[in-house]
Amino acid sequence: MFYLNDIGKYFIMIRMSFFKPCKWKILKNLIFKEINDLIIESIPIVSILSFFIGAVISIQTALNLTSPFLSKSLVGFATRQSIILEFAPTFMSIIMAGKVGSFITSSIGTMRVTEQIDALEVMGINPLNYLVFPKIVALLFYPFVITISMFVGIFGGLLAMTFAGVPSEAFITGIQMDFEPYHIFYSYIKTILFALILATVPSYHGYYMRGGALEVGKASTKSFVWTSIIIIVVNFIITQLLLS
Amino acid sequence: MIEVKSLIKSFDGNLILNNISTKFVQGKTNLIIGQSGSGKTVLLKCLLGLHSPDEGEIIFDGVSNKNMDEAQKTLLRREMGMVFQGSALFDSMTVLENVMFPLKMLTKKNDDEILERAKNAINRVELDKAIQKLPSELSGGMQKRVAIARAIVMNPKYLFCDEPNSGLDPKTAIVIDNLIQEITKEYNITTVINSHDMNSVMEIGEKIIFLENGTKNWEGSNKEIFSTKNKSITDFVYSSELLKKVKKFL
Ligand SMILES: Nc1ncnc2c1ncn2[C@@H]1O[C@H](COP(=O)(O)OP(=O)(O)O)[C@@H](O)[C@H]1O
Ligand SMILES: [Mg+2]
Repeated sequence: MFYLNDIGKYFIMIRMSFFKPCKWKILKNLIFKEINDLIIESIPIVSILSFFIGAVISIQTALNLTSPFLSKSLVGFATRQSIILEFAPTFMSIIMAGKVGSFITSSIGTMRVTEQIDALEVMGINPLNYLVFPKIVALLFYPFVITISMFVGIFGGLLAMTFAGVPSEAFITGIQMDFEPYHIFYSYIKTILFALILATVPSYHGYYMRGGALEVGKASTKSFVWTSIIIIVVNFIITQLLLS
Repeated sequence: MIEVKSLIKSFDGNLILNNISTKFVQGKTNLIIGQSGSGKTVLLKCLLGLHSPDEGEIIFDGVSNKNMDEAQKTLLRREMGMVFQGSALFDSMTVLENVMFPLKMLTKKNDDEILERAKNAINRVELDKAIQKLPSELSGGMQKRVAIARAIVMNPKYLFCDEPNSGLDPKTAIVIDNLIQEITKEYNITTVINSHDMNSVMEIGEKIIFLENGTKNWEGSNKEIFSTKNKSITDFVYSSELLKKVKKFL
Protein backbone atom coordinates (compact mmCIF):
# COMPACT_ATOMS: atom_id res chain seq x y z
CA MET A 1 0.00 0.00 0.00
CA PHE A 2 2.83 2.29 0.94
CA TYR A 3 4.54 1.82 -2.42
CA LEU A 4 1.30 2.19 -4.31
CA ASN A 5 0.99 5.67 -2.87
CA ASP A 6 4.53 6.48 -4.00
CA ILE A 7 3.92 5.19 -7.50
CA GLY A 8 0.81 7.34 -7.83
CA LYS A 9 2.63 10.40 -6.56
CA TYR A 10 5.47 9.70 -9.00
CA PHE A 11 3.21 9.68 -12.04
CA ILE A 12 1.35 12.78 -10.87
CA MET A 13 4.72 14.50 -10.52
CA ILE A 14 5.61 13.66 -14.13
CA ARG A 15 2.23 14.90 -15.32
CA MET A 16 2.48 18.13 -13.33
CA SER A 17 5.88 18.90 -14.83
CA PHE A 18 4.19 19.48 -18.18
CA PHE A 19 1.61 21.92 -16.82
CA LYS A 20 1.76 25.67 -16.31
CA PRO A 21 5.03 25.99 -18.22
CA CYS A 22 7.52 28.80 -17.69
CA LYS A 23 8.26 31.19 -20.54
CA TRP A 24 9.92 29.47 -23.48
CA LYS A 25 12.92 31.81 -23.34
CA ILE A 26 13.61 30.66 -19.80
CA LEU A 27 12.90 26.99 -20.41
CA LYS A 28 15.25 27.00 -23.37
CA ASN A 29 18.12 28.20 -21.20
CA LEU A 30 17.30 25.66 -18.51
CA ILE A 31 17.25 22.86 -21.07
CA PHE A 32 20.66 23.87 -22.47
CA LYS A 33 22.07 23.98 -18.97
CA GLU A 34 20.74 20.49 -18.21
CA ILE A 35 22.08 19.12 -21.50
CA ASN A 36 25.47 20.40 -20.47
CA ASP A 37 25.29 19.10 -16.88
CA LEU A 38 23.67 15.76 -17.57
CA ILE A 39 24.74 14.80 -21.10
CA ILE A 40 27.95 16.55 -22.14
CA GLU A 41 29.61 16.18 -18.76
CA SER A 42 28.86 12.45 -18.72
CA ILE A 43 30.69 11.76 -21.97
CA PRO A 44 34.25 11.56 -20.55
CA ILE A 45 33.47 8.99 -17.85
CA VAL A 46 31.26 6.98 -20.20
CA SER A 47 34.05 6.90 -22.79
CA ILE A 48 36.76 5.81 -20.37
CA LEU A 49 34.62 3.07 -18.82
CA SER A 50 33.41 1.83 -22.19
CA PHE A 51 36.89 1.68 -23.65
CA PHE A 52 38.32 -0.50 -20.92
CA ILE A 53 35.29 -2.71 -20.47
CA GLY A 54 35.22 -3.27 -24.25
CA ALA A 55 38.87 -4.29 -24.09
CA VAL A 56 38.27 -6.68 -21.19
CA ILE A 57 35.25 -8.27 -22.88
CA SER A 58 37.27 -9.05 -26.00
CA ILE A 59 40.26 -10.43 -24.04
CA GLN A 60 38.02 -12.68 -21.96
CA THR A 61 36.12 -13.87 -25.00
CA ALA A 62 39.36 -14.68 -26.78
CA LEU A 63 40.52 -16.56 -23.71
CA ASN A 64 37.46 -18.80 -23.85
CA LEU A 65 37.53 -19.43 -27.60
CA THR A 66 40.67 -21.53 -27.74
CA SER A 67 39.40 -24.25 -30.08
CA PRO A 68 41.28 -24.13 -33.41
CA PHE A 69 38.00 -24.86 -35.22
CA LEU A 70 36.55 -21.52 -34.18
CA SER A 71 37.22 -18.55 -36.37
CA LYS A 72 39.18 -15.64 -34.90
CA SER A 73 36.44 -13.30 -36.04
CA LEU A 74 34.10 -14.70 -33.38
CA VAL A 75 35.78 -12.51 -30.78
CA GLY A 76 34.74 -9.39 -32.67
CA PHE A 77 31.22 -10.74 -33.04
CA ALA A 78 30.83 -11.59 -29.35
CA THR A 79 32.28 -8.27 -28.24
CA ARG A 80 29.90 -6.35 -30.49
CA GLN A 81 26.88 -8.29 -29.31
CA SER A 82 27.54 -7.92 -25.60
CA ILE A 83 28.34 -4.24 -25.89
CA ILE A 84 25.36 -3.29 -28.05
CA LEU A 85 22.79 -5.48 -26.35
CA GLU A 86 23.70 -5.16 -22.74
CA PHE A 87 26.80 -3.38 -21.71
CA ALA A 88 26.26 0.05 -23.29
CA PRO A 89 22.55 0.52 -22.65
CA THR A 90 22.09 -1.22 -19.31
CA PHE A 91 25.33 -1.11 -17.39
CA MET A 92 26.11 2.41 -18.50
CA SER A 93 22.67 3.46 -17.29
CA ILE A 94 23.37 2.01 -13.89
CA ILE A 95 26.59 3.95 -13.72
CA MET A 96 24.64 7.01 -14.82
CA ALA A 97 22.16 6.35 -12.00
CA GLY A 98 25.12 6.97 -9.74
CA LYS A 99 26.50 9.98 -11.55
CA VAL A 100 23.50 11.80 -13.03
CA GLY A 101 20.95 10.37 -10.60
CA SER A 102 22.59 11.42 -7.39
CA PHE A 103 23.40 14.81 -8.91
CA ILE A 104 19.71 15.33 -9.70
CA THR A 105 18.51 14.14 -6.30
CA SER A 106 20.97 16.19 -4.32
CA SER A 107 20.48 19.37 -6.31
CA ILE A 108 16.68 19.22 -6.14
CA GLY A 109 16.81 17.97 -2.53
CA THR A 110 19.01 20.87 -1.48
CA MET A 111 16.53 23.26 -3.06
CA ARG A 112 13.77 21.55 -1.09
CA VAL A 113 15.44 21.74 2.32
CA THR A 114 16.60 25.33 1.84
CA GLU A 115 13.03 26.32 0.87
CA GLN A 116 14.07 27.36 -2.64
CA ILE A 117 11.24 25.22 -4.01
CA ASP A 118 8.80 27.01 -1.70
CA ALA A 119 10.20 30.28 -2.96
CA LEU A 120 9.43 29.27 -6.55
CA GLU A 121 5.94 28.25 -5.56
CA VAL A 122 5.29 31.52 -3.72
CA MET A 123 6.23 33.40 -6.86
CA GLY A 124 3.52 31.46 -8.68
CA ILE A 125 5.98 29.36 -10.67
CA ASN A 126 5.38 25.64 -11.17
CA PRO A 127 8.54 24.19 -9.57
CA LEU A 128 8.09 20.84 -11.30
CA ASN A 129 8.06 22.46 -14.70
CA TYR A 130 11.04 24.59 -13.76
CA LEU A 131 13.09 21.72 -12.31
CA VAL A 132 11.97 18.40 -13.75
CA PHE A 133 10.76 19.16 -17.27
CA PRO A 134 14.15 20.46 -18.53
CA LYS A 135 15.80 17.30 -17.20
CA ILE A 136 13.37 15.08 -19.06
CA VAL A 137 14.01 16.99 -22.28
CA ALA A 138 17.79 16.96 -21.77
CA LEU A 139 17.83 13.22 -21.23
CA LEU A 140 16.14 12.69 -24.58
CA PHE A 141 19.71 13.19 -25.81
CA TYR A 142 20.85 10.26 -23.69
CA PRO A 143 20.87 7.77 -26.65
CA PHE A 144 23.67 9.93 -28.01
CA VAL A 145 25.79 9.07 -24.93
CA ILE A 146 25.01 5.39 -25.33
CA THR A 147 25.98 5.53 -29.00
CA ILE A 148 29.36 6.89 -27.99
CA SER A 149 29.64 4.12 -25.42
CA MET A 150 28.96 1.49 -28.12
CA PHE A 151 31.56 2.84 -30.54
CA VAL A 152 34.24 3.41 -27.92
CA GLY A 153 33.61 -0.01 -26.36
CA ILE A 154 34.01 -1.84 -29.64
CA PHE A 155 37.06 0.25 -30.43
CA GLY A 156 38.54 -0.77 -27.05
CA GLY A 157 37.99 -4.40 -27.97
CA LEU A 158 39.64 -3.91 -31.32
CA LEU A 159 42.66 -2.24 -29.78
CA ALA A 160 43.05 -4.94 -27.12
CA MET A 161 43.00 -7.65 -29.78
CA THR A 162 45.50 -5.79 -31.94
CA PHE A 163 47.81 -5.66 -28.92
CA ALA A 164 47.32 -9.37 -28.38
CA GLY A 165 48.44 -10.01 -31.95
CA VAL A 166 45.06 -10.88 -33.49
CA PRO A 167 44.91 -9.39 -36.97
CA SER A 168 42.45 -6.50 -36.94
CA GLU A 169 40.83 -7.72 -40.17
CA ALA A 170 39.50 -10.78 -38.34
CA PHE A 171 38.04 -8.66 -35.54
CA ILE A 172 36.46 -6.25 -38.00
CA THR A 173 34.96 -9.12 -39.97
CA GLY A 174 33.50 -10.29 -36.66
CA ILE A 175 32.00 -6.92 -35.93
CA GLN A 176 30.22 -6.98 -39.28
CA MET A 177 29.08 -10.60 -39.00
CA ASP A 178 25.34 -11.42 -38.93
CA PHE A 179 24.26 -7.86 -38.36
CA GLU A 180 20.70 -7.71 -37.04
CA PRO A 181 19.05 -4.23 -37.17
CA TYR A 182 16.37 -5.41 -34.73
CA HIS A 183 19.00 -5.64 -32.01
CA ILE A 184 19.79 -1.97 -32.48
CA PHE A 185 16.08 -1.17 -32.23
CA TYR A 186 15.82 -3.21 -29.02
CA SER A 187 18.85 -1.48 -27.60
CA TYR A 188 17.59 2.03 -28.30
CA ILE A 189 14.12 1.33 -26.99
CA LYS A 190 15.77 0.32 -23.73
CA THR A 191 17.98 3.38 -23.78
CA ILE A 192 15.05 5.77 -24.14
CA LEU A 193 13.18 4.12 -21.29
CA PHE A 194 16.26 4.25 -19.09
CA ALA A 195 16.67 7.93 -19.96
CA LEU A 196 13.15 8.65 -18.70
CA ILE A 197 13.83 6.66 -15.54
CA LEU A 198 17.12 8.49 -15.01
CA ALA A 199 15.41 11.87 -15.32
CA THR A 200 12.35 11.22 -13.20
CA VAL A 201 13.09 8.73 -10.40
CA PRO A 202 15.96 10.80 -8.93
CA SER A 203 13.86 13.96 -9.33
CA TYR A 204 11.08 12.32 -7.35
CA HIS A 205 13.43 11.42 -4.51
CA GLY A 206 14.80 14.95 -4.37
CA TYR A 207 11.51 16.77 -4.77
CA TYR A 208 9.55 14.99 -2.07
CA MET A 209 12.30 14.70 0.51
CA ARG A 210 12.04 16.28 3.93
CA GLY A 211 14.60 17.20 6.54
CA GLY A 212 18.04 18.78 6.37
CA ALA A 213 21.49 18.37 4.84
CA LEU A 214 21.93 14.86 6.25
CA GLU A 215 18.71 13.72 4.63
CA VAL A 216 19.88 15.04 1.27
CA GLY A 217 22.73 12.50 1.39
CA LYS A 218 20.37 9.74 2.43
CA ALA A 219 17.94 10.65 -0.32
CA SER A 220 20.73 10.44 -2.93
CA THR A 221 21.66 6.96 -1.81
CA LYS A 222 18.06 5.85 -1.77
CA SER A 223 17.54 7.35 -5.19
CA PHE A 224 20.54 5.44 -6.59
CA VAL A 225 19.27 2.16 -5.15
CA TRP A 226 15.78 2.64 -6.57
CA THR A 227 16.91 3.94 -9.94
CA SER A 228 19.21 0.97 -10.50
CA ILE A 229 16.63 -1.56 -9.33
CA ILE A 230 14.01 -0.07 -11.63
CA ILE A 231 16.45 -0.05 -14.56
CA ILE A 232 17.34 -3.71 -14.04
CA VAL A 233 13.71 -4.77 -13.73
CA VAL A 234 12.61 -2.74 -16.76
CA ASN A 235 15.54 -4.25 -18.65
CA PHE A 236 14.27 -7.71 -17.83
CA ILE A 237 10.72 -6.90 -18.89
CA ILE A 238 11.80 -5.29 -22.18
CA THR A 239 14.08 -8.19 -22.98
CA GLN A 240 11.27 -10.64 -22.32
CA LEU A 241 8.97 -8.66 -24.57
CA LEU A 242 11.32 -7.97 -27.44
CA LEU A 243 13.88 -10.75 -27.56
CA SER A 244 12.40 -13.97 -26.21
CA MET B 1 -5.45 44.07 5.37
CA ILE B 2 -5.64 40.31 5.80
CA GLU B 3 -8.41 38.83 7.88
CA VAL B 4 -8.14 35.27 9.17
CA LYS B 5 -11.37 33.57 10.24
CA SER B 6 -11.49 30.33 12.30
CA LEU B 7 -8.49 28.78 10.61
CA ILE B 8 -7.88 25.09 11.31
CA LYS B 9 -4.98 23.06 9.97
CA SER B 10 -3.79 19.59 10.87
CA PHE B 11 -1.10 17.27 9.52
CA ASP B 12 -1.64 13.49 9.65
CA GLY B 13 -4.23 13.89 12.41
CA ASN B 14 -2.14 16.30 14.52
CA LEU B 15 -3.91 19.59 15.05
CA ILE B 16 -1.32 22.28 14.30
CA LEU B 17 -3.51 25.40 14.07
CA ASN B 18 -6.62 25.45 16.22
CA ASN B 19 -9.29 27.93 15.27
CA ILE B 20 -7.19 31.05 14.64
CA SER B 21 -9.00 34.33 13.99
CA THR B 22 -7.22 37.65 13.67
CA LYS B 23 -6.54 40.65 11.47
CA PHE B 24 -3.23 41.81 9.99
CA VAL B 25 -3.24 45.55 9.46
CA GLN B 26 -2.03 47.40 6.35
CA GLY B 27 0.99 49.67 6.74
CA LYS B 28 1.99 48.01 9.97
CA THR B 29 4.41 45.28 10.98
CA ASN B 30 2.22 42.48 12.32
CA LEU B 31 4.08 39.95 14.45
CA ILE B 32 3.25 36.32 15.06
CA ILE B 33 5.18 35.28 18.12
CA GLY B 34 5.48 32.05 20.06
CA GLN B 35 7.82 29.23 20.93
CA SER B 36 9.43 27.01 18.34
CA GLY B 37 6.91 24.49 17.10
CA SER B 38 3.88 26.60 18.06
CA GLY B 39 2.73 26.75 14.45
CA LYS B 40 4.03 30.13 13.25
CA THR B 41 5.49 28.85 10.00
CA VAL B 42 2.43 26.76 9.24
CA LEU B 43 0.18 29.81 9.77
CA LEU B 44 2.39 31.90 7.48
CA LYS B 45 2.37 29.20 4.82
CA CYS B 46 -1.42 29.04 5.03
CA LEU B 47 -1.56 32.79 4.36
CA LEU B 48 0.78 32.28 1.40
CA GLY B 49 -1.29 29.42 0.03
CA LEU B 50 1.56 26.90 0.38
CA HIS B 51 -0.63 24.93 2.79
CA SER B 52 -4.36 24.74 2.28
CA PRO B 53 -6.26 25.08 5.56
CA ASP B 54 -8.68 22.33 6.59
CA GLU B 55 -11.27 24.86 7.62
CA GLY B 56 -11.74 28.61 7.91
CA GLU B 57 -11.08 31.39 5.47
CA ILE B 58 -8.52 34.06 4.73
CA ILE B 59 -9.74 37.37 3.36
CA PHE B 60 -7.30 39.54 1.42
CA ASP B 61 -8.61 43.11 1.28
CA GLY B 62 -12.18 41.94 1.12
CA VAL B 63 -11.66 38.96 -1.21
CA SER B 64 -11.95 35.57 0.45
CA ASN B 65 -9.64 32.76 -0.61
CA LYS B 66 -12.74 30.60 -0.82
CA ASN B 67 -14.20 32.58 -3.69
CA MET B 68 -11.04 32.61 -5.79
CA ASP B 69 -10.40 30.47 -8.83
CA GLU B 70 -6.91 29.33 -9.85
CA ALA B 71 -6.30 32.36 -12.06
CA GLN B 72 -7.18 34.75 -9.24
CA LYS B 73 -4.95 32.82 -6.86
CA THR B 74 -2.05 33.15 -9.27
CA LEU B 75 -2.66 36.88 -9.50
CA LEU B 76 -2.83 37.13 -5.71
CA ARG B 77 0.49 35.31 -5.43
CA ARG B 78 2.09 38.02 -7.54
CA GLU B 79 1.04 40.55 -4.93
CA MET B 80 2.87 38.63 -2.22
CA GLY B 81 6.52 38.75 -1.26
CA MET B 82 8.12 36.26 1.08
CA VAL B 83 11.36 36.30 3.03
CA PHE B 84 12.14 32.73 4.07
CA GLN B 85 13.80 31.72 7.32
CA GLY B 86 16.99 30.58 5.57
CA SER B 87 16.66 33.31 2.89
CA ALA B 88 16.06 30.63 0.18
CA LEU B 89 18.20 32.43 -2.38
CA PHE B 90 18.92 30.48 -5.57
CA ASP B 91 22.50 29.50 -4.95
CA SER B 92 23.57 29.24 -8.57
CA MET B 93 22.54 32.85 -9.25
CA THR B 94 24.21 36.14 -8.35
CA VAL B 95 22.52 38.71 -6.14
CA LEU B 96 21.36 40.64 -9.19
CA GLU B 97 20.03 37.52 -10.92
CA ASN B 98 18.19 36.50 -7.76
CA VAL B 99 16.44 39.85 -7.55
CA MET B 100 15.70 39.96 -11.29
CA PHE B 101 14.32 36.41 -11.21
CA PRO B 102 10.65 37.13 -10.34
CA LEU B 103 10.54 39.96 -12.88
CA LYS B 104 12.02 37.76 -15.59
CA MET B 105 9.74 34.85 -14.82
CA LEU B 106 6.49 36.69 -14.32
CA THR B 107 6.46 40.00 -16.18
CA LYS B 108 6.67 41.02 -19.80
CA LYS B 109 9.02 43.91 -19.11
CA ASN B 110 12.05 44.35 -21.33
CA ASP B 111 15.59 43.68 -20.08
CA ASP B 112 16.39 47.33 -19.37
CA GLU B 113 13.31 47.85 -17.24
CA ILE B 114 13.99 44.63 -15.34
CA LEU B 115 17.58 45.64 -14.66
CA GLU B 116 16.47 49.07 -13.48
CA ARG B 117 13.78 47.73 -11.15
CA ALA B 118 16.12 45.11 -9.69
CA LYS B 119 18.87 47.68 -9.13
CA ASN B 120 16.42 49.96 -7.34
CA ALA B 121 15.38 47.15 -5.01
CA ILE B 122 19.01 46.24 -4.32
CA ASN B 123 19.78 49.88 -3.70
CA ARG B 124 16.89 50.05 -1.23
CA VAL B 125 18.52 47.32 0.89
CA GLU B 126 21.93 48.96 0.43
CA LEU B 127 23.69 46.12 -1.30
CA ASP B 128 24.91 47.90 -4.43
CA LYS B 129 28.45 46.68 -3.89
CA ALA B 130 27.52 43.01 -3.71
CA ILE B 131 25.45 42.96 -6.87
CA GLN B 132 27.63 40.40 -8.72
CA LYS B 133 28.31 38.13 -5.72
CA LEU B 134 26.91 34.66 -5.20
CA PRO B 135 24.80 33.99 -2.08
CA SER B 136 27.51 31.73 -0.66
CA GLU B 137 29.88 34.72 -0.63
CA LEU B 138 27.54 36.82 1.55
CA SER B 139 27.09 37.06 5.31
CA GLY B 140 23.78 35.96 6.86
CA GLY B 141 22.63 39.56 7.22
CA MET B 142 23.43 40.35 3.60
CA GLN B 143 21.59 37.23 2.43
CA LYS B 144 18.53 38.43 4.33
CA ARG B 145 18.79 41.78 2.58
CA VAL B 146 18.89 40.08 -0.81
CA ALA B 147 15.86 38.03 0.19
CA ILE B 148 14.06 41.25 1.15
CA ALA B 149 15.03 42.88 -2.14
CA ARG B 150 13.74 39.85 -4.05
CA ALA B 151 10.50 39.93 -2.04
CA ILE B 152 9.78 43.62 -2.73
CA VAL B 153 10.92 43.82 -6.34
CA MET B 154 7.42 43.03 -7.61
CA ASN B 155 5.92 45.82 -5.42
CA PRO B 156 3.89 43.43 -3.26
CA LYS B 157 0.78 44.40 -1.30
CA TYR B 158 1.59 41.71 1.26
CA LEU B 159 4.99 40.90 2.70
CA PHE B 160 5.66 37.78 4.77
CA CYS B 161 8.84 37.17 6.73
CA ASP B 162 9.63 33.92 8.53
CA GLU B 163 11.97 34.68 11.45
CA PRO B 164 13.85 37.30 9.43
CA ASN B 165 16.48 37.75 12.11
CA SER B 166 17.13 34.18 13.16
CA GLY B 167 20.81 33.37 13.02
CA LEU B 168 21.84 37.02 13.01
CA ASP B 169 23.76 38.90 15.69
CA PRO B 170 21.57 41.26 17.78
CA LYS B 171 22.77 44.40 16.05
CA THR B 172 22.24 43.10 12.51
CA ALA B 173 18.91 41.66 13.63
CA ILE B 174 17.68 45.12 14.64
CA VAL B 175 18.91 46.62 11.38
CA ILE B 176 16.95 43.99 9.41
CA ASP B 177 13.84 44.50 11.55
CA ASN B 178 13.99 48.24 11.04
CA LEU B 179 14.54 47.84 7.32
CA ILE B 180 11.41 45.71 7.07
CA GLN B 181 9.44 48.25 9.08
CA GLU B 182 10.63 51.18 6.96
CA ILE B 183 9.72 49.35 3.76
CA THR B 184 6.31 48.52 5.21
CA LYS B 185 5.62 52.21 5.86
CA GLU B 186 7.14 53.44 2.61
CA TYR B 187 5.01 51.22 0.37
CA ASN B 188 2.06 50.85 2.77
CA ILE B 189 2.35 47.04 2.75
CA THR B 190 0.53 44.56 4.97
CA THR B 191 3.53 42.88 6.56
CA VAL B 192 3.36 39.70 8.65
CA ILE B 193 6.48 38.61 10.52
CA ASN B 194 7.15 35.41 12.44
CA SER B 195 9.42 35.87 15.39
CA HIS B 196 10.43 34.48 18.73
CA ASP B 197 12.77 37.36 19.41
CA MET B 198 11.91 39.85 22.19
CA ASN B 199 13.99 42.54 20.52
CA SER B 200 11.73 42.42 17.48
CA VAL B 201 8.69 42.54 19.72
CA MET B 202 9.94 45.72 21.33
CA GLU B 203 11.26 47.34 18.16
CA ILE B 204 8.58 46.63 15.59
CA GLY B 205 5.68 44.93 17.39
CA GLU B 206 2.92 47.26 16.27
CA LYS B 207 0.42 44.43 16.28
CA ILE B 208 1.22 41.10 17.89
CA ILE B 209 -0.53 37.77 18.06
CA PHE B 210 0.83 35.16 20.43
CA LEU B 211 0.55 31.49 19.45
CA GLU B 212 0.75 28.68 21.96
CA ASN B 213 0.47 25.10 20.73
CA GLY B 214 -1.49 26.23 17.72
CA THR B 215 -4.02 28.42 19.53
CA LYS B 216 -4.06 32.18 19.64
CA ASN B 217 -3.53 33.00 23.27
CA TRP B 218 -3.17 36.75 23.21
CA GLU B 219 -3.34 39.69 20.84
CA GLY B 220 -2.17 43.30 21.30
CA SER B 221 0.73 45.65 20.75
CA ASN B 222 4.23 45.94 22.18
CA LYS B 223 2.95 48.71 24.47
CA GLU B 224 0.48 46.33 26.04
CA ILE B 225 2.57 43.19 26.16
CA PHE B 226 4.58 44.21 29.23
CA SER B 227 1.56 45.06 31.29
CA THR B 228 -0.61 42.04 30.52
CA LYS B 229 -1.46 39.60 33.30
CA ASN B 230 -1.61 36.66 30.85
CA LYS B 231 0.64 34.00 32.39
CA SER B 232 1.77 32.42 29.10
CA ILE B 233 2.78 35.82 27.79
CA THR B 234 4.74 36.79 30.85
CA ASP B 235 6.49 33.41 30.82
CA PHE B 236 7.39 33.94 27.18
CA VAL B 237 8.43 37.58 27.54
CA TYR B 238 10.45 37.04 30.68
CA SER B 239 11.99 33.74 29.64
CA SER B 240 15.53 35.11 29.69
CA GLU B 241 17.39 35.71 32.94
CA LEU B 242 18.29 39.21 31.86
CA LEU B 243 14.69 40.25 31.39
CA LYS B 244 13.70 38.64 34.69
CA LYS B 245 16.22 40.91 36.40
CA VAL B 246 14.97 43.90 34.45
CA LYS B 247 11.43 43.08 35.55
CA LYS B 248 12.37 43.39 39.20
CA PHE B 249 13.20 47.05 38.63
CA LEU B 250 9.95 47.81 36.82
N1 LIG C 1 4.65 19.75 6.32
C1 LIG C 1 4.43 19.31 7.56
N2 LIG C 1 3.97 18.06 7.79
C2 LIG C 1 3.73 17.62 9.04
N3 LIG C 1 3.92 18.33 10.14
C3 LIG C 1 4.38 19.59 10.01
C4 LIG C 1 4.66 20.15 8.71
N4 LIG C 1 5.10 21.41 8.87
C5 LIG C 1 5.10 21.63 10.21
N5 LIG C 1 4.67 20.55 10.89
C6 LIG C 1 4.51 20.47 12.35
O1 LIG C 1 3.77 21.57 12.79
C7 LIG C 1 4.24 22.06 14.04
C8 LIG C 1 4.48 23.53 13.97
O2 LIG C 1 5.58 23.78 13.13
P1 LIG C 1 6.06 25.22 12.72
O3 LIG C 1 4.91 26.01 12.21
O4 LIG C 1 7.20 25.04 11.79
O5 LIG C 1 6.57 25.84 14.09
P2 LIG C 1 7.27 27.24 14.31
O6 LIG C 1 6.37 27.99 15.22
O7 LIG C 1 8.56 26.93 15.00
O8 LIG C 1 7.47 27.89 13.00
C9 LIG C 1 5.47 21.26 14.38
O9 LIG C 1 5.11 20.30 15.36
C10 LIG C 1 5.84 20.57 13.07
O10 LIG C 1 6.38 19.31 13.32
MG1 LIG D 1 9.19 28.34 11.96
